Amino acid sequence: MRNALTIARREIGAALASPVAYVLFGAFAFLYGYFFADYLQSFVEAGMRMSQMGGFSGGTLNVNTDLLRWLMASTAILVLFLLPLLSMRTVSEEIRSGTMELLLTAPITDGQIVVGKFLAAFALYAGMLALTGLHVGVLFWFSRPEIAPVLAAYLGLLLLGAGLLALGLFFSSLTRNQIVAGLLTFGAVLVLWLVEFAGARGGDLGRVLAYLSVTGHMEGFARGVITTRDLVFYLSFAAFWLYLARESVRSRRWRG
Amino acid sequence: MEPLVLVERVAKRYGRTLAVADLSFGVAKGEVLGFLGPNGAGKTTTMRVITGFMPPSEGRVLVGGLDIAEAPLEVRRRIGYLPENPPLYPEMEVTAFLDFAARLRGVPKTRIRPAVERAIERCALGEARERIIGKLSRGYRQRVGLAQALVHEPELLVLDEPTAGLDPKQIHETRKLIRTLAGERTVVLSTHILPEVAVTCDRVVIIAGGRLRAEDTPERLVARLGAAERGRGAWEIETAPAAEAAEAALRAVPGVARVEAGPETAERTLVLQVEAAGDRAIATGLARALLEAGCPLYGLRRGGASLEDVFLALTTEETEANGTGDRTETPGPPEEHP
Repeated sequence: MRNALTIARREIGAALASPVAYVLFGAFAFLYGYFFADYLQSFVEAGMRMSQMGGFSGGTLNVNTDLLRWLMASTAILVLFLLPLLSMRTVSEEIRSGTMELLLTAPITDGQIVVGKFLAAFALYAGMLALTGLHVGVLFWFSRPEIAPVLAAYLGLLLLGAGLLALGLFFSSLTRNQIVAGLLTFGAVLVLWLVEFAGARGGDLGRVLAYLSVTGHMEGFARGVITTRDLVFYLSFAAFWLYLARESVRSRRWRG
Repeated sequence: MEPLVLVERVAKRYGRTLAVADLSFGVAKGEVLGFLGPNGAGKTTTMRVITGFMPPSEGRVLVGGLDIAEAPLEVRRRIGYLPENPPLYPEMEVTAFLDFAARLRGVPKTRIRPAVERAIERCALGEARERIIGKLSRGYRQRVGLAQALVHEPELLVLDEPTAGLDPKQIHETRKLIRTLAGERTVVLSTHILPEVAVTCDRVVIIAGGRLRAEDTPERLVARLGAAERGRGAWEIETAPAAEAAEAALRAVPGVARVEAGPETAERTLVLQVEAAGDRAIATGLARALLEAGCPLYGLRRGGASLEDVFLALTTEETEANGTGDRTETPGPPEEHP
């Protein structure tokens, strides 16, 4: 674990020394801010319409189910598109610059290299998500939403991110070119997102496809519902890609 | 001599190309072993196998009695490795990078600072300690690379072309540093620069086409070749160009077997290569013959086999045997070894 942390620490330092992390954080903050403002606007307008109708519609608006839920689901899509940018350089850059030779001849295992890189990317992602605490905090300032569903949604976002970063790490370990790694990751993510729509057709195949959808498992979390099914999906998804990433790093030894 | 490294019948294949074939040699504790060969001879591959970067296709490597394949982490802990391109993170400061390298190599927490300080001092990096690696000159970067290989005080240092790309002063300093390391540490270094081997190494392993060609001390290798190829004495005589008269006069000296004119030098002189039987007394005869023929004598010296000759003889032997011209450029013959 100490070795993995050594790698992770350096990795985070490198990310913060390069503009990549800041550009990514900035892009995320901007897009998230836009979503937030947009959803909030709709929410407020809907609320005003309801009070004008004097409660004839019979419904009430709830910050949790009518605002945060949709905001969190949209954040998941945002994450889907941004995380390949965070994971693409992790291993590719080491291969390109030759520093992989330093790591592979150090007294650490291939698994520790992969886990270290994963932890670093995950920590950066968690930092990125923390930016949204500001917006969500505003809601808590002016209203009294329930906290538990919000935390569940964040847990879902973290798990989704872990899975996507593990996937990106694997593709990054395949090539010395981080653009190629990023595109491969992006393509894979796109497929894993679109299977949700393919899965909507039903049938056995449809059920399998629907299960594979990375965003499909986010819906429960966004509503504040944590199920074993979704937990198992994200954890096994991340473990699967981390395993492949380790095997890919190991195979690099044979290929030289 | 107790061997620290034992390479036993190692072969390495990349797909169908054979980079190294049936390579066996040992490295004694405290010695500096030079690994010499033309570009693409399999030097880097061999070093990567020794450092545990890649497993051999066949054979095994023992370091301090431990098989790399069986105890990879334990072996890697004892090795410091400087690849051909120093593995550096350009965004890091020198000290931070060495700190990272020490941690990575498992130096205990309390000893990291002193270890980094010693590496900085050793490699004369004091002035560059707070600088960003990406902004350092090639020479400094090479020194940082050397420092990261040294920082955990490894028993075995493996240096792949440690002087490549350095200016003459830096080359001199690097060689001096390597010499000071000898004795307390075992060093394996690869190079394709011949004088480097003669200056820094106790023993030389010459490989070409992925195979071992020779293994001996630099002096003995030269002597061996001298004995085999130059039974007769060789002399170099410097005279004026258009030296047909000089050549004829020299040929007439008893004992002279062959006279050959070299290319004209920049100072408008000509070097004649003369092979003659007998001892050094013949030098007087050569000089007299030249002067009597009315030719100027600018220089007369004994030519001997240099390491360069040994190297060329050993590596071209290979080319002729295989009948492929550019063999030194493309490693990995398609033939399999048994």
